[in-house]
Amino acid sequence: MYKDSLLAHLPLLLLTLCFSFVVNAQEPDIQKGKSLFNANCAACHKLNKRAVGPALAGVSAKYDKEWLYSWIKNSTAMVKSGDAQAVAIYEEYNGSVMTSFPQLSNEDIDNILAYTDYTPPAPAVPVAQATGTAQSDGGFSNDLILVILLLVLAALVVMLFLVNKTLHKIATANGIDTVKKEKEKRTPLWKAYAQNPFLVFVTVVFLLLSSAYVGYSYLMQVGIDQGYMPIQPIHYSHKIHAGDNQIECKYCHSSARVSKHSGIPSLNVCMNCHMNIAEYNGEEDLEKGYTKEFYTNEIKKLYKAVGWDEQTQSYTGETQPVKWVRIHNLPDFVYFNHAQHVSVAGVACQKCHGPVEEMEIMYQHSSLTMGWCINCHRETNVNVKDNGYYTKIHEELSKKYGVDKLTAAQMGGLECGKCHY
Amino acid sequence: MKKVSILAVLSSLLLVSCFDSSKPNYQYFPNMYESVGYETYAESTAFNNGIEAQLPAEGSVARGWAPYDYSDTNDGYESAKADLKSPLALTDEHRAEGKELYGVYCAVCHGSKGDGQGILMKREKFLGIPSYADRDITEGSIYHVLMYGKNAMGSHAGQVNATERWQIAQHVMYLRNELTK
Repeated sequence: MYKDSLLAHLPLLLLTLCFSFVVNAQEPDIQKGKSLFNANCAACHKLNKRAVGPALAGVSAKYDKEWLYSWIKNSTAMVKSGDAQAVAIYEEYNGSVMTSFPQLSNEDIDNILAYTDYTPPAPAVPVAQATGTAQSDGGFSNDLILVILLLVLAALVVMLFLVNKTLHKIATANGIDTVKKEKEKRTPLWKAYAQNPFLVFVTVVFLLLSSAYVGYSYLMQVGIDQGYMPIQPIHYSHKIHAGDNQIECKYCHSSARVSKHSGIPSLNVCMNCHMNIAEYNGEEDLEKGYTKEFYTNEIKKLYKAVGWDEQTQSYTGETQPVKWVRIHNLPDFVYFNHAQHVSVAGVACQKCHGPVEEMEIMYQHSSLTMGWCINCHRETNVNVKDNGYYTKIHEELSKKYGVDKLTAAQMGGLECGKCHY
Repeated sequence: MKKVSILAVLSSLLLVSCFDSSKPNYQYFPNMYESVGYETYAESTAFNNGIEAQLPAEGSVARGWAPYDYSDTNDGYESAKADLKSPLALTDEHRAEGKELYGVYCAVCHGSKGDGQGILMKREKFLGIPSYADRDITEGSIYHVLMYGKNAMGSHAGQVNATERWQIAQHVMYLRNELTK
């Protein structure tokens, strides 16, 4: 009886236990700690890796709690007051000042520390197993299906052969002649064809025209690199940077705003982000081999070229140039200025370079021929608004051509000397 | 007709096989195409390290360059924060320029409103980017940080020039005022 009643009360007991656990305010909240950590600390601290500041996993074991409270709330004052531990950290991290967080309460800090002390139960093993079996499952079944299909096909062929053989036997047994009779002799088709002058004439004309067409097309594509997609020394994905992460083209190619060249970003521009982002955690494309390890390895190539030591978070000074392969290259006899098109005309980069934000590997989208340039100049209206300097000439030109909106061509965009000199 | 179709197939195969997308196409009269002078970023035997793009000689001064007297230290930051003032007038044109540049160079992390909710923050590539409202910043400190970088933020001096940095600083101060309103 006693046992029974205990069993009946067990759920209730558990519930009350859980409830008291939730109600207990003293218990630090890991979830809250995580969001506080991400909002306040993560700019400079990572859990398991040195960043601007030290790695914070297990930090509460290294320092006294009271010391941590006062350090987080006002680290500068502690360094100034000459606290030995504070000064040691300050020196170790090259005198970078930790932002003070007076707005954090002791309870908040407890939550953050609970998060930094929390080690998630290792899910790696079951996950790996699961993916492993899934993969082998997929491969197994695919192969099996193929083999079965092949076997069935072979069986069908054999059966067909056998059926044919028996039918022949039956036919000969019944006295039916299965051998085809010889056909009557006729003029062969090619002879009849050759004897017809009209057909020969038409064929010759067609051949001449088509070979002229093929020859002309071949010659016209000489020197055009549309679709040129070289392999670059570092697999830089425009799709990830400009597409998924929506980084502006001009963030990296900043000289496109102000100079003739759009400019290949120097590696310090890469490091503006990759000082922090040392590994890839986004989507993978397993079919093409673009795994997380693959991308992470490409980031390591950047670190090697720029001479960045991940362990000490500092530059070693040993650099090596990255030999990017140039894709868009106009002939030497053409002048093209990026600033004129990007800053003055306000042409979007994609207008000439195509959907770069979707390109995993960069390629030349447009033909970059003169006809292609001219065509755009003929079609594009010039934005004459708010350009006081040109107001008068725009008026005159509009009057001259009898149009409201001037195209680039009407502004002189077809003159030879504009691009060839 | 059969011959013609075979010919067409053969010739198109020939054309297709000629085009290897990882190699540049043939050129007609390459010496009209290839520059005699050194091309930007090209390899060149003229210099010891084999590249055309060289660092400026030591001590050279770019046209329009102005000295920046604040050092890349905590003290430099503090004094820039206190003393450094923008030489630009606070005009709408400057702020419009600054807004556009902010959109290109800053918004990806700091968010278009300056609340620290840029796309890289939302996608958790960066974490803990503060809102401008939570930081005690002045136009001088913004300029200083753009110049040298601070903590996880790198220097942007190579991407925006002095005038542009001031324009961005003006816009950031405007955003901060909007946020703290």
